[in-house]
Amino acid sequence: METNQNGVNMSVGIVSYGAYIPRYRIKIEDIARVWGDDADILKAGLMVNEKSVPDVDEDAATIAVEAARSAVNRAGIDAQRVGAVYTGSESHPYAVKPTSTIVAEAVGATPVLTAADFEFACKAGTAAVQTCMGLVASGMIDLGLAIGSDVAQGAPGDALEYTAAAGGVAFIIGNRESELTAIIEDTYSFTTDTPDFWRREGMPYPEHGGRFTGEPGYFKHVTNAAKGLMQKINTKPDDYDYAVFHQPNGKFPSRVASMLGFSKEQIKPGLVVPRLGNTYSGSCMMGIAATLDQAKPGDRIFATAFGSGAGSDAFSITVTDKIEEIRNSAPKVEELLADPVYVDYAKYARHKGKIRLA
Amino acid sequence: MSVPRFWRKQIARYNLVGTHCKQCGEYFYPPRNMCPSCRREGEIEDFKFSGQGEVVTYTVIHAAAEGFEGQTPYVLAIVQLEEGPRLTTQIVGDAKDMSIGMKVSPVFRKLGQSGDRGMIYYGTKFVPA
Ligand SMILES: [Zn+2]
Repeated sequence: METNQNGVNMSVGIVSYGAYIPRYRIKIEDIARVWGDDADILKAGLMVNEKSVPDVDEDAATIAVEAARSAVNRAGIDAQRVGAVYTGSESHPYAVKPTSTIVAEAVGATPVLTAADFEFACKAGTAAVQTCMGLVASGMIDLGLAIGSDVAQGAPGDALEYTAAAGGVAFIIGNRESELTAIIEDTYSFTTDTPDFWRREGMPYPEHGGRFTGEPGYFKHVTNAAKGLMQKINTKPDDYDYAVFHQPNGKFPSRVASMLGFSKEQIKPGLVVPRLGNTYSGSCMMGIAATLDQAKPGDRIFATAFGSGAGSDAFSITVTDKIEEIRNSAPKVEELLADPVYVDYAKYARHKGKIRLA
Repeated sequence: MSVPRFWRKQIARYNLVGTHCKQCGEYFYPPRNMCPSCRREGEIEDFKFSGQGEVVTYTVIHAAAEGFEGQTPYVLAIVQLEEGPRLTTQIVGDAKDMSIGMKVSPVFRKLGQSGDRGMIYYGTKFVPA
């Protein structure tokens, strides 16, 4: 049993994981054509070529359910053991009424459990992971289900429209060592009150502070959380086989990786944003899932999420032998990205219910 | 559809939970509390269907009922589950990809909603397997 600096049992980790990506995609060219933008400049600047689009009957709740079912099935979990369901999203379908109760019912975890919805822009999912870590480490619950799921919205014509995508990832967090697929050695967060991105109640689309918010928002928080964790547990970028950083586009995680001393090779398996777009609460967890899909027992993964508003959660993860047993029992991220159906802007607008013009 | 009426059937819709008569082996979806063949001798238990099935017949809906606007055209089908029961359900995807006898598996989707203020209804639809 390991204990962290606070003397708490930290032998916790990911028992299982599941991802879900809608089948539809739209190419950057097809959005750029509508607004008269230069697609080549955008693609080079964002390092995003296409993004996922939800079906007309998909939302953050249905995506959360599909990801959660995939996680339950991947390791053959008895869902009645799940004592907490937390769904992180900034596109919860109801303003008041939890998404997590829908998920809990649909995976068969009800009725003896606690549940709540989390919100913290793109890091609501990793905040849910941290909460579940605490609950299983303390022995309050047996297993916790932490989900990041979004059908991200960008106002028509706004820069965010080129990357706002749909997808979700679920982690089942536990502390029975024989069950852990990946041990989370420690986590570290860096949080400040930074108004880089927001959406007011009742407004359909978010607002943001413009293109200069990357420095005081993303880069400041990601680097501080990442450095803070490595300092706390005395590791360095070389100690890790893989790294994942929140991917609102391809450029930010690539740049922050090099600022911190991680290589292109380390971030490659988890960098799914060029073919997926930004899945917001699902973004960093999707990168972890894609990395687990190909990691070997003993491999170490460094991951840092970022949510506007603003904060970063960093995790140090070591993959166990269990990965080989469960890896192929649910769809991998690469399989979910394969064989997409492309839609044009008219169909995309209909899928997103985009009838309001900002 | 009223909120209480949907709520009562929610578990069956979310997870394809029906019933099974242990006496004669027949499966029921939607769930039945009494086996029509065995009557009082029947022994009914809850049963969660795998959801694997095939399309018996289908039709393309162009003019949708209230709460389904924005989803048209969509495919409505009778699907026969592996265990035997038949149910009417929406098949997700393009009408041109549908065929009778096609294998399908279940997905969790929005079934509809009561306007902008009412409840959102979730449940099971099917996709080509
Ligand atoms: Zn019977």
